[in-house]
Amino acid sequence: MDVEILSRLQFALTISFHYIYPPLSIGLGLIMVIMEGLYLRTGDKQYEDLARFWTRIFAVTFGIGVATGIVMEFEFGTNWATYSRYVGDIFGSALAAEGIFAFALESGFLGVLLFGWDRVKPAVHFIATVGVWLGSMFSAIWIVVANSWQQTPAGYHIVGTGMEARAEITDFWAMVFNPSSVERLSHVWLGSFLAGAFLVMSVHAWYLLHGRFGDISKKAFRIALLVAVVSSLAQLFAGHKSAEVVAEHQPAKLAALEGHYDSLGVADMYLIGWVDKENKKVTGIRIPGGLSFLTGFDFKTRVKGLDYFGEEDRPSAVNAIFQFYHIMVAIGMALIAISLAGLYYWWRGTLFEKRWLLWGFVGAVLLPQIANQAGWFAAEMGRQPWVVYGHLRTSDALSKSVTANHVLFSIILFTIIYIFLFTLFVYMMNKKIQHGPVSGELMDDRPRQKDMTKKITD
Amino acid sequence: METFLGLEYSTWWFLVVGGVFSGYAILDGFDLGAGAWHLFLKKEKSRRIALNAIGPVWDGNEVWLVIGGGALFAGFPDVYATVFSAMYIPFILFLVMLIFRAVSIEFRSKENMNWWRKSWDRAYSFSSILLAFLLGVVLGNILLGMPIGADKEFSGSWLSFINPYAILVGFCSLTLFMMHGAIYLIMKTEGRLYQKMAILARRAIIAFIVIFAITTIYTLIYLPHLSDKFKSNQWLFIVPLLAMLSIANIPRLVTKRKYVQSFVFSALTIALLLIVVAIELYPVMIISTIDPAYSLTVQNASSSEKSLEIMLIFAAIGVPLVAIYTTFVFWTFRGKVTLDDHSY
Ligand code: HDD
Ligand code: HEM
Ligand code: HEM
Repeated sequence: MDVEILSRLQFALTISFHYIYPPLSIGLGLIMVIMEGLYLRTGDKQYEDLARFWTRIFAVTFGIGVATGIVMEFEFGTNWATYSRYVGDIFGSALAAEGIFAFALESGFLGVLLFGWDRVKPAVHFIATVGVWLGSMFSAIWIVVANSWQQTPAGYHIVGTGMEARAEITDFWAMVFNPSSVERLSHVWLGSFLAGAFLVMSVHAWYLLHGRFGDISKKAFRIALLVAVVSSLAQLFAGHKSAEVVAEHQPAKLAALEGHYDSLGVADMYLIGWVDKENKKVTGIRIPGGLSFLTGFDFKTRVKGLDYFGEEDRPSAVNAIFQFYHIMVAIGMALIAISLAGLYYWWRGTLFEKRWLLWGFVGAVLLPQIANQAGWFAAEMGRQPWVVYGHLRTSDALSKSVTANHVLFSIILFTIIYIFLFTLFVYMMNKKIQHGPVSGELMDDRPRQKDMTKKITD
Repeated sequence: METFLGLEYSTWWFLVVGGVFSGYAILDGFDLGAGAWHLFLKKEKSRRIALNAIGPVWDGNEVWLVIGGGALFAGFPDVYATVFSAMYIPFILFLVMLIFRAVSIEFRSKENMNWWRKSWDRAYSFSSILLAFLLGVVLGNILLGMPIGADKEFSGSWLSFINPYAILVGFCSLTLFMMHGAIYLIMKTEGRLYQKMAILARRAIIAFIVIFAITTIYTLIYLPHLSDKFKSNQWLFIVPLLAMLSIANIPRLVTKRKYVQSFVFSALTIALLLIVVAIELYPVMIISTIDPAYSLTVQNASSSEKSLEIMLIFAAIGVPLVAIYTTFVFWTFRGKVTLDDHSY
């Protein structure tokens, strides 16, 4: 295999793995802020116990998020040297802003968040929690701005030609507010809130089903459910805005999302389907003219299809892009449905008696994770063959001094380590969840609990 | 290029990058150093105290590396691209070690089993040692220079990074950090552990001074180009002189049991040594061993003026903020370590 394929594989592997954790950190951060805020307002100890419990889980997601994030930061230099030279002027400033404004805030206050419970006043601790959460929100801003600039470049000019060419900033704010950043950032934030909220609901639903921590779990579940209802509905809107931006600025990607080949024809929308690349056809359940309607509010609007673009200027893995995109959208709908069902039974007062629904929430924790991954894959594969849309091709962006063997070596190394990390992650999460939101001494009063912890620690 | 207070923007950014990496070396230096000593502490309680001495701050310390990486990427994309793709293998190892270290700190305390804690202790200590060493190896190779062509690309073999000089500098940074870390641990501990660290700190000081002396002599003899600046400008000579005085001051203060002051001086030593390196190199950032004309310099490898200007504004706003919350965290956790429910 050549350096290009291997480097892409390595990037996809490391970023996908990294991206398991940031959404959890961002989403849990929000929920911890709410819990601790409620504790400060009401003085109810249960909220404090909840905040402390979720902080312990947060510590694990955050820790792995940091460890895998540092890899990402240096990977641009190691594997994508030409790309780094090309975009350093622009991308670098976003990354530097991220370091100074976001990461420093996050990890500065992290120490107080994790170790300061009994050292600082509750109000100061609350400030630390908010600091960490805001830090994680800010870091999403800068990285998504950088990525959006690659998708829809703005506020720059190209200096030099051939090997010497590079993009330089002409207008910083135009670069920051490039055509897709606001839409994509809100989409990413909401996706993160969903990841956090569904984790909290999953764990507390599981407790409720097993008759543990009843009171406290109901409190936590309601908080997370509210976050989920708001975010899942907003996500539909944000996703639609993202699609509009894609339609305007990345027509080839749009065509790939729906497997639309016909040069300048009416485009359908599929609920589910399979793209046959050879015959340029999609089989599945479709709404005729659906995509045309969404882009122009008319079922007859003409939409540029893949054939409109030259072979070398359009993404090739059309079916994969199609599937990733459709999985994400389907999950978006499912999240709305399950959140609204929860809200409905809460209103009816029977939420915590509906065991089937609670079981549904236990399993639903995976859905936002899958949607987040699928969304990135659709967005990034749909951007191919460009790294910087319309300017720099992925195949030209590589490091010239790195050989295939080097990359292969590092992929193998990272794969082994990430499998190991993931096993530890699951193991630690399970352990902390089994232990539950109680402080050490309390736990021994509960026979069930003692049993469970014994089983895992033996 | 535009100037501010008589210096070009790119030179200012060189100072920012240098400042951030010095901050990194001083801050992560003591926790890497503390980690390197970990296996020398035999009792479980001592190990826990040593770990919790760095517990609330190590992650914040590491962020300086992240900011430094970002700052380098932003200000000198060519240096970032060339150095990281050239030193591919060493950097991948570096990243892997960073992961192992973070994970060991995080997971060690989560189980009581003997084998569990022992394995994490080893992973933690070895990764700390290797990181401290690799940082020196990278610095050594930067002082040596590397084969860079007209296209700013590296054209050598990665094996060339393993050479006597780089290894010497590697040991130098390892012993320096171990000294720095031991002094930090003295400040944070009491009783037997405190006495033990006091003894270990003295050994580290001796080891560092010996290796540092050898490295200096080696540099003067085999890398004469690095001392040119000091020969041509006598005034600059004051910096290495100050570094020497600062080093000499450490054993003096340690003997007097003035540990806080000795920590300040070991931090100052790190900063002064890096300033010496910066003076030796400036305006070159990466020396080309093929032709000096191909070297990457502060001028030919920097970002555009506009970009540098924006980032200097960021730095002017951001760095004081970072300083404020760093101080806040260190203040919250001041004093000797005590173990509680939330400790590692
Ligand atoms: C939507 C958010 C998001 C996305 C898309 C990314 N990250 Fe990330 N990253 C975070 C959100 C985040 C975070 C929430 O701030 C982290 C993750 C886990 C954590 O707890 O902090 C973090 C940690 C983190 C760190 C360690 C910071 C520290 O020491 O505190 C680095 C260097 C990066 N990331 C770099 C990257 C790069 C280069 C990415 C793209 C290729 C990237 N991240 C994608
Ligand atoms: C409800 C229907 C949804 C629609 C219509 C939708 C639409 C889109 C579109 C068009 C893109 C591509 C944007 C681009 O390439 O610039 C995208 C990307 C993405 N989606 Fe969705 N999405 C939906 C639901 C979700 C859900 C529920 C999640 C996660 C919980 C999610 C997570 C993501 C992520 C992480 C990306 C990549 C980042 C980005 O490009 O913004 N999406 N989405
Ligand atoms: C911010 C979070 C990001 C996520 C979750 C993400 C996700 C992905 C995914 C899933 C792929 C694999 C696609 C494929 O193999 O075809 C990919 C590839 C890639 N992405 Fe991103 N990406 C992110 C940010 C960035 C950023 C900021 C850059 C800026 C350099 C970037 C540059 C690339 C490159 C160079 C590749 C490899 C070439 C390719 O296969 O597309 N990505 N990314």
